[in-house]
Parts: sequence; structure tokens; C-alpha cells
Amino acid sequence: MIKHDTIEKNISLMILLIVITISGGGLAEIVPLFFQKETTVPVEGLRVLTPLELEGRDIYIREGCSVCHTQQIRPFRAETERYGHYSVAGEFVYDHPFLWGSKRTGPDLARVGGRYSDDWHRAHLYNPRDVVPESIMPSYPWLFSDKLNGEDTAAKMEALRVVGVPFTDESIANAEAEVKGKTEITALVAYLQQLGTVMSNRR
Amino acid sequence: METSNMTSFWSMWITIFTLAVIIGCLILVYRTRKSEVYKETTTETMHHSFDGIEELDNPLPRWWFNMFIITIIFGVIYLFLYPGLGNYKGYLNWTSYNQWEEEMAHAEEHYKPVFAKFATLTVEEISTNDNARLMGQRMFNNNCALCHGQGGAGAYGFPNLSDNDWLYGKTGDTIKTSITNGRTGAMPPWGAVIGEDGVRNVTSYVLSLSGQQADDSAVAQGKTTYQAMCVACHGADGKGNQMLGAPNLTDDVWLYGASFEKVAHTIRQGRSGVMPAHGSLLSKNKIHLISGYVYSLSN
Repeated sequence: MIKHDTIEKNISLMILLIVITISGGGLAEIVPLFFQKETTVPVEGLRVLTPLELEGRDIYIREGCSVCHTQQIRPFRAETERYGHYSVAGEFVYDHPFLWGSKRTGPDLARVGGRYSDDWHRAHLYNPRDVVPESIMPSYPWLFSDKLNGEDTAAKMEALRVVGVPFTDESIANAEAEVKGKTEITALVAYLQQLGTVMSNRR
Repeated sequence: METSNMTSFWSMWITIFTLAVIIGCLILVYRTRKSEVYKETTTETMHHSFDGIEELDNPLPRWWFNMFIITIIFGVIYLFLYPGLGNYKGYLNWTSYNQWEEEMAHAEEHYKPVFAKFATLTVEEISTNDNARLMGQRMFNNNCALCHGQGGAGAYGFPNLSDNDWLYGKTGDTIKTSITNGRTGAMPPWGAVIGEDGVRNVTSYVLSLSGQQADDSAVAQGKTTYQAMCVACHGADGKGNQMLGAPNLTDDVWLYGASFEKVAHTIRQGRSGVMPAHGSLLSKNKIHLISGYVYSLSN
């Protein structure tokens, strides 16, 4: 039998045993998910983002929206009443990385698409207090003046395609032209307006 | 929610890993326990000494040892009751979706009679029923107040619902239709059609309709353009058309601001305010109650 002493005085052995111990959980809980239908097959009707929406998503990431807003509706009545159908894994198959977030300072955004008008989103992002007086969300006025140049859009899409997002050649070829010169707010609102619309919302 | 089973390979994989970890813990706890009869203290040392300091090889305190055992027992019971071992569903047959459905069924049973009671009332009657109005108000605050404001006071670009001025009509049914199907404003941009001078002249005329000061010659020229371009929706007298959602220009209600520049901007660029359709977001019963609350705001 291995003695305490042996492990304590042999750091390589200790590292090896620690790695074995810790990977036990991952091997049982994470690895099987790579081969599950629920997590690898997109839900019916799920589409890839347009180049503009993709740029909007990157702005969402850049501005740290996911720090305060989650994108996952849990299967509790209180949540499905407020936000709509609970989130399912198949909705996030094309999300790299996923933006589920872990804390709600603001409301969940998993199904915010179509709930408010484009104008509302613009007014709200310019200065949230203009439409929701008690809001503590920061203002994002620079989104209205900063423009996208679209230089990297196609490359981003190529990279995402490597990890399994089925962008078409045509959409990659047109990406720069579609995005170039648009304001960042246009891209962000386009991204927000498609969130969660793949599944029915009624509650 | 339908959950597909994993293949038996992955089911076994998970089961074996999980049980191996539990059994491994049990073995570890027992193997490292002192085999001698339990004693609180011992004079046995760890057989090493640094600067003359030695470490006693006391056994793990009994409460501590027992806690390990209790967690292992808890784990085994948990895995028996709940789904944790591959495809094994657990004795209780619990899933988070089942739990959600139970919650929903419970709520349905609880609230159905409440909604049913109010479903027989008209929107106008709901607005005078205190309980129904209160329910409608809460749903309004959750779903509508983000744009229309608390109490329906509105904001720049988002109609005030409490002033009894209506773009699409004041009846309960039209309110309900607006909520269910949404609305899209369709004021076209005229800047390119009538030119900048045209825009400023029509602006002067429009402002004169509600009695604001405007340059007389501009008003006269604007009137001609207005009658050619604008009457189809806003009417010859400027009173608007609720069938089209064309606003009344003769009153003092301005969704996008009353100043010369604001009105000119509207004419030049057009407006297409959007009320999103809520028929796919809210149940009919809820829309019914919200309509009653909205109706009550101006009646």
C-alpha cells in the first residue's frame, strides 16, 4: 500500500493522483454530454446569425452585457411566466462561447427578441433612464457613433465554422459588405432582436 | 419535454465512474483509519522530526470520521431516489421538467377560476372591477411599463395611454387588437419628395393646425403641399385617421415632440414606431386584463 509519506515526498506522484481524482467528476458529468442528442443537435428552426448579428454579439461580449444579464431561463414557473419557455441546450449549439452568464443584475435576455421595438432598444441603450426611470444600467452612447469596418467579420465566421457553425460560403463572402459602415447600435439591436425567437414564447 | 436516452455505453460509463468514486472514498476512509481499537490520543508519531519537533499520529476524530460515512450514505440514498446513474430514472422519477410541469398544473388549477371569472366581463367592465383592474395593472407594470411608463404615462416615441388621445381608437376591442397583433406606424419620409423647403413649409402649416405661431406665407405654401401629399392619411382637416393610426395634428399631443425642428424631422425622415405583437407572448386571459387596465387609465 502507498504510504502517506510516499505521496507527500513525491510531488509528481501527488500531481498524478490529484489529476486522476479531479478528472473523475468531469469524466462522469461533462464528457458524456459531448455525445448527447440534446446538447449537440440544434432545436428545430435554429439558424446561424447573420454577419450583422454576429458583430452585434461581439459587441454584447465587449460591453460585458453577460456580466449583468443571463441568457438562460430555468424551468421554474416564476421564470417561464416572466421570460417565456425555459431554455433548452439545443438552442445554444451555435453559441461559441455561450453567453449564459451567471448573475442577474438586470433581467434575463434569453428571449428578449421581438419583445420591444428597435426604437425602444436604441433609446434604452443610449440612456436607460429615458425609458425606465429607476434603471441602474449604464449608458452606451458610443455605440451610436462608432461604426463597424467589417474587416474581421469574414475571418470570425471562418473560425466559427471550424467549430461547427454552418455559415454558408455566400454569407461569408458578403459579410464585409453587409457590415461595413453600419453603426454598432444597429448590429447590437439586430443581435438582441433575434434572441430566443426560435422557440414559442407564450406564457 | 422529451428526453432521449443516452446509449448504454455512456450510461455504463457514468454509472461506473460514479460508483467507483463512492466506493473509492469508502475504501480510502477505512484504509487510512487506525486499525487498532479507537483511542482519542496516542503516543505514536509520524516518524519524522524537524528541529526536534515531532508530529503525533493521532487518529481522525470520531465525529469527523462519522461525517465522511454519513456523506457516503447520503450519496447512495440520493442516487437511489434521483436520476444520477446513467439512464436509471431514480425511484422518485424526478426531472426538472416534471417539476416545472407540476408547478404549472398547480398554478393552472389555482388561477384558472380567477381568469375564468374575468373572461366573461368586457374590457370596459374590467376597468371598473377593482380586482381585475389590479391584476391588469400588475401585468401592465411587468410587461408594458418599460415603454409606456408606470401608469401608462408614455415617453418620447412611446404613446401616453392615460390622456384619452388614441392613435387607433379608444374602444376595448381596438386596445386589445393593438396589444395582440401589435402596430407599426407608417409615416413615410418626405424629405426627398418635397425637398427641404417643402418640409419647412408643411411643418409651418402643421404647427398652425394646432394654433402655434407660424410664418403666414410658409403656412399657405405648406397647405398646398399638405393637400397634395398628406390628406390621404391625416385628413383634409388634419384630424387624422384611426383606421390607419394617423395622428390628429390639430390637438396638443405630440408623440415625437412639438418643436418646429422635431416636427420637421418627422416629416423629413418619416416615423415607424413599433408596438410589438404580444399575442405570442401573453395568454388571451392576460391580454384581456391588461386591456381593461389600459382602458381604465383614461376612462
